[in-house]
Amino acid sequence: MKRFFAQLYLWLLLAMLYAPIVIIGIFSFTESKVLGNWTGFSTELYTSLFNGGAHHSLLDAIKNTLSIALIAATASTILGSIAAIGIFNMRGRKKQVINLLNDIPMLNPDIITGISLFLLFVSLGISQGYTTVVLAHIAFCTPYVVLNVMPRLQQMNPNIYEAALDLGATPMQALRKVIIPEIRPGMISGFILAFTLSIDDFAVTLFTKGNEGLETLSTYIYADARKGGLTPELRPLSTIIFAVVLLLLIIINIRAKRNAKRNQAM
Amino acid sequence: MAKQSDTIIKIEHLSKSFGEKRVLDDINLDIKRGEFVTLLGPSGCGKTTLLRLLAGFARADEGKISMEGRDISDIPPHKRPLNTVFQRYALFPHLNVFDNIAFGLKLNKVPSKDIESRVRRALKMVSMTDYESRDVNSLSGGQQQRVAIARAIVNRPQVLLLDEPLAALDLKMRKDMQMELKEMHSTLGITFIYVTHDQEEALTLSDTVVVFSEGRIQQIGAPIDIYNEPVNSFVADFIGESNILNGTMIRDREVEFIGHRFECIDEGFGQNTAVDVVIRPEDIYLINNLENAAFTGTIKSCTFKGVHYEMFVETDKGYELMIQDYNAFEVGSTIGMLVKPSDIHVMRKERTCNTFEGTMIAPDKVEMLGAEFECNDTGLKAGDKVRVRVDFRNVSLLDYKEDGALFGEVKFILYKGDHYHLTVLTDNGDNIYVDTNDIWDNSDVVGISIAPRHLRITKRV
Repeated sequence: MKRFFAQLYLWLLLAMLYAPIVIIGIFSFTESKVLGNWTGFSTELYTSLFNGGAHHSLLDAIKNTLSIALIAATASTILGSIAAIGIFNMRGRKKQVINLLNDIPMLNPDIITGISLFLLFVSLGISQGYTTVVLAHIAFCTPYVVLNVMPRLQQMNPNIYEAALDLGATPMQALRKVIIPEIRPGMISGFILAFTLSIDDFAVTLFTKGNEGLETLSTYIYADARKGGLTPELRPLSTIIFAVVLLLLIIINIRAKRNAKRNQAM
Repeated sequence: MAKQSDTIIKIEHLSKSFGEKRVLDDINLDIKRGEFVTLLGPSGCGKTTLLRLLAGFARADEGKISMEGRDISDIPPHKRPLNTVFQRYALFPHLNVFDNIAFGLKLNKVPSKDIESRVRRALKMVSMTDYESRDVNSLSGGQQQRVAIARAIVNRPQVLLLDEPLAALDLKMRKDMQMELKEMHSTLGITFIYVTHDQEEALTLSDTVVVFSEGRIQQIGAPIDIYNEPVNSFVADFIGESNILNGTMIRDREVEFIGHRFECIDEGFGQNTAVDVVIRPEDIYLINNLENAAFTGTIKSCTFKGVHYEMFVETDKGYELMIQDYNAFEVGSTIGMLVKPSDIHVMRKERTCNTFEGTMIAPDKVEMLGAEFECNDTGLKAGDKVRVRVDFRNVSLLDYKEDGALFGEVKFILYKGDHYHLTVLTDNGDNIYVDTNDIWDNSDVVGISIAPRHLRITKRV
């Protein structure tokens, strides 16, 4: 009986957590303009989401979101990996301080990061738009990449870099042929995390997108909601985003499990 | 093979410090072509640092290393014609066995059909044929070490550096690999420089053993010479088992120790000179006939060690000796003992008392070793530079470091038959030598005090 209630509690909790997204998912398959009104099964909303026409600006927002995420994730993966190698080779106090400095941006509320970047761009006289959003996203994603790459470096046998040099590799060759293959799993998880964080971001984007009409998904939805009433196409869109994020999460988890297994074997 | 006697590596006045600590202190060493040289010493003696300097992973503060007459101090590791086998294998986990071994060949742009045949030959050499496509993470420690050796020798280096390559293996595997390494050395004909803390391994494998302690070379020699003729008590204690005793050289060919006089073969020490005497435990013969014995004693313990018995004997004058014999003797029985003159090894003492340099602060107060000591009234003025001598016996060690005038760490313990001879390193980096009957352990932190009357002070000029 006790077991039954424990199970019941768990399922109730999960149901409450996932009910909203499930409802959106269900109602993305009907044509009704008003959410909560079932007018029969239809994939019309999906079709009109991608055919655009009337929703040209929504499609633009999707494109912006994806391209910004891709650029920001790539750049922060490169920067973060280099930074992690640098921090890893530091000693003593300096290392502790830099590690702390790397952690602070992650704990800092997004809104503060957004405002401070906004002030920075204004004070430097940079006109805000696509570039500033990309720069801002690189800034807040990089620490997460460092955090993902660092454990791989710590697990690495410290002699393998020297072994590569010993066998005739230049320091650059050793980095390319030995260090990077070793930290690649960390770089990939870092990239995926940066990508999802960038897609997810609202506060930082809002403050750095300027007023030239640049919209990402999150700012578009926000603006749309303020105009009163959500565009029905947002329902299939949310469903797709949820499905993509879920997929990425599953991939990250499977990779983490596989790595743990491999380390055990070593 | 006229070239066999050529020097391939020459190390001159090499020194290296990490912060305050001097890890290598003025090292001079010549290594011959084709030689199997072992750098032997306890952990932290600087042997691994020397190997890293040879490989180019670290830079020396002073001195130079030349190879074939060319100074290589400024050449980066990837351009040095030597290869290293690391203690923890350091295989590349993302590559399989073949690609690990081919790593160096590919970098050197060896044609791919040559790569294949050379990798196969290297694998055959380490008895790992047919393992090419195996994941290195699935191999046992011994197999990984074989791959690591193959990865190094496939490049045909002139010198192979090995950093405690067998330390992580179990005893049986270690013995097998020792024999294989020795065979490999004679097949390849290249120079091996081998680092280990295992004296048995060093004696088994090497043409030349270099004994290290505290960043300095203590002795260089063939294994048999190092074993039979250790130059000081550190080497005698570190290599094999030994009885190390205080003695007095009465005259040439006559030495007194454990309260008896013995004939020996050593000469040139002068008369009535204090010396250290080393006798290996297998060189003391036990006989039941007490009349013909050089001295007598009582068996205190007897332990079976596989091939021989190890016994501790208390002699008639109260000294304890370790003796190894194929026959067991009953504990408690009185036996006679004999030593052949050629088995008594006499060594000059490095010092007979502590000597410190100090400065008088008052007629009855001296400053030395970074602390103040009371002494008997010397009649000297404050500021006079003095030399202070203290007998080993007269230094007291205390359990609590706060109780002493200064404190230090026990670094080296030598049993001298009836007392312990300790080397204590003070926090200022000075060594104090102490004779005591108390039992201390290595790396114990102790307070150090010296009674005023035991300071023998003379003015320095």
